Amino acid sequence: MMTKYAGKKPGFFSRVDQHVLRLLLVMAVWMVFMALTRASRFYTLINFQTMASQFPEFGLMSLGVMLCMITGGIDLSPVGVANLTAILMALVLKQLTPAVGGSLPIYAIPLVFLLGAAIGACLGVLNGLLVSKVRIPPILATLGMSELLTGVSIVITNGAAVSGLPVEYAMTVNSKIGALVPVQLVIFACMAIIVWFLLNRTTFGTKIYLLGTNPQAARFSGLKNDRLIISTYMISGITAALGGLVMLANYNSARANYGGVYVLQCILVVVLGGVSPTGGKGRISGVVLAIVLLRMLETGINRFPQISSYYISLIWGGVLLLVMVLDYFSNGRRYLRWKRKMPF
Amino acid sequence: MGRRLKQLTKRNETYVSLVVLALCLLIEVRSGQFFTANNLVDIASAMVVPGLFAVGTFMVIVSGGIDVSFPALASLTSYATTKMLLDAGYTGGVWLPILISMAMGALLGAFNGIFIGLLGLPAMIVTLGSSSVFKGVMQGALGSVQLAVIPPGMRAFGTSSLFTATNPVSGLTSRMPVGFLALVAILLLSFFIMRYTFFGRGIYAIGGNEASAHRAGFNTKRTKFLLYVFVGMVASLAGLIRTCMMQQNHPTNMLGMEMNIIAGVVLGGTAISGGAGSLTGCMLGTLLIVIVENSMILIGIPTIWKSVFVGALIIIGTGVSAYQVVRANRVRSTRRLTGESKA
Repeated sequence: MMTKYAGKKPGFFSRVDQHVLRLLLVMAVWMVFMALTRASRFYTLINFQTMASQFPEFGLMSLGVMLCMITGGIDLSPVGVANLTAILMALVLKQLTPAVGGSLPIYAIPLVFLLGAAIGACLGVLNGLLVSKVRIPPILATLGMSELLTGVSIVITNGAAVSGLPVEYAMTVNSKIGALVPVQLVIFACMAIIVWFLLNRTTFGTKIYLLGTNPQAARFSGLKNDRLIISTYMISGITAALGGLVMLANYNSARANYGGVYVLQCILVVVLGGVSPTGGKGRISGVVLAIVLLRMLETGINRFPQISSYYISLIWGGVLLLVMVLDYFSNGRRYLRWKRKMPF
Repeated sequence: MGRRLKQLTKRNETYVSLVVLALCLLIEVRSGQFFTANNLVDIASAMVVPGLFAVGTFMVIVSGGIDVSFPALASLTSYATTKMLLDAGYTGGVWLPILISMAMGALLGAFNGIFIGLLGLPAMIVTLGSSSVFKGVMQGALGSVQLAVIPPGMRAFGTSSLFTATNPVSGLTSRMPVGFLALVAILLLSFFIMRYTFFGRGIYAIGGNEASAHRAGFNTKRTKFLLYVFVGMVASLAGLIRTCMMQQNHPTNMLGMEMNIIAGVVLGGTAISGGAGSLTGCMLGTLLIVIVENSMILIGIPTIWKSVFVGALIIIGTGVSAYQVVRANRVRSTRRLTGESKA
């Protein structure tokens, strides 16, 4: 890098990732389109607030999936982790509510978030152990975990929804700071900043990029690959658990089968955001943009009542394939490398 | 004899069949209902659709790819076929529906094949995308709803049976569906393809090392493309048979099956990284999953525990074989003092 730009400061466009640029372009086109067709119903404060309270659910999960993908793995268990956490925390909240007419103790909500994050961390460590120590391919290990956790959730709840939560929880998480910024967005932003900091300002980030690029080189450079993998999946578990807690507030109940589509969506936004499925590449800015873009697309389409909302899955799949084909034609060589390295 | 026994202990199929056998015996001891004629026929009949899916998944995984789009593909083709024939008032036999749906399956398989085979994009991401597209086409463009009636020819095919097994004690009867013959036929066909044709050997070669296969003279692009076409056809056949056997078409109830099928195939010893695996193992692994899903009730475990067991089975099953690889590598690497080999 240094030699390439020797004596010349890199311009704005060469510093911005091409994925980010493309996402910005698509977003701009979509916003112009919405402005021309449904300006009055799309460009309202309440619409943007709604979107900002909806995307953190799967946005949080995507952050973890992204980290795992950077190490060259994948996490298919975020929804399982999220639902189990949400169910357990819903039960805790119900326990904490005084029987007669009292309100939730003040410490309850921070406690639930801490406890939820701890549960997520434990489940994430379990994933990490399976991947690093037992050496199960990540896709199978996390898939098995996801099935197992869903099963545990079903057994705990008997398949029914846990509802009747104290109103304070949903009210707090659904409230808007200064009547403007939804709390969900704040949680997402905090996590995104933490992940950005980890990736770009700590040695942990540099290490996982190296691990994803070439695990053998990472080992010979003296990195403790196993420990890195475990911490990565642990962070993924934490973000998934936070996603579950946001989901708990948005639905005001918890159930073993909520958010089933999010697994696909997480992988979709992470790949759209420019993270290479073989690892070693990807930026948080791209992923965050992809998350926001998907939400805007979905909300935008919902403004056209004559279009069935089922078309959204068609559009998502189509966009994903299109992006990969565009990549192929604009940068074909890279895929030859993918093919060599990627088992599937 | 001793050498053959030693060879057997090295094969994954041996262990899977032992686990299946142990599970069967456990269920038999607990319930006394496992080795009854009707239960065995029930399991065989429950094997038909997962078995067909597993054959396709097996071939894809051997080629070093992975396919998560087959349930969406099967749902789309079986729905479109049923709906089309219902609207046309079709009253003929089952061959036309099978032909139509397999033709559509080939087309959709080719869709996957273009991206994965010809362009060489990663199979996991492509099939995630295409399964989303197939679902969107089915639910959005076709506006799918549950079809409670299916054409008479398909219904006749679904209800006809090869023979009927009766449980002498309880008097319960089970039919062996004609669809089972389709599973047998596809199994024989894919066994022949994988073992005796250039195409089948090419699939193994590509899964082992795509670059080497290419250098050795295999047309890797064409092989992969044709593979996904074939798998699309098998999956759509399974979808149609399922519709016939259920006597109705529920567009979404196949979705989500992909993970259990993949788990079964991998449990049967197919290497997830490609290049190795046998049809016998793949069928045994699928049988294991089917037995767990169907027979838990016989030993008094409520159905809500199903996911727990399937999940644990995936983790333990893949964990044991993965750990064996780790240990083998460790022995080898301490001997040679070289680095790790990535599983």
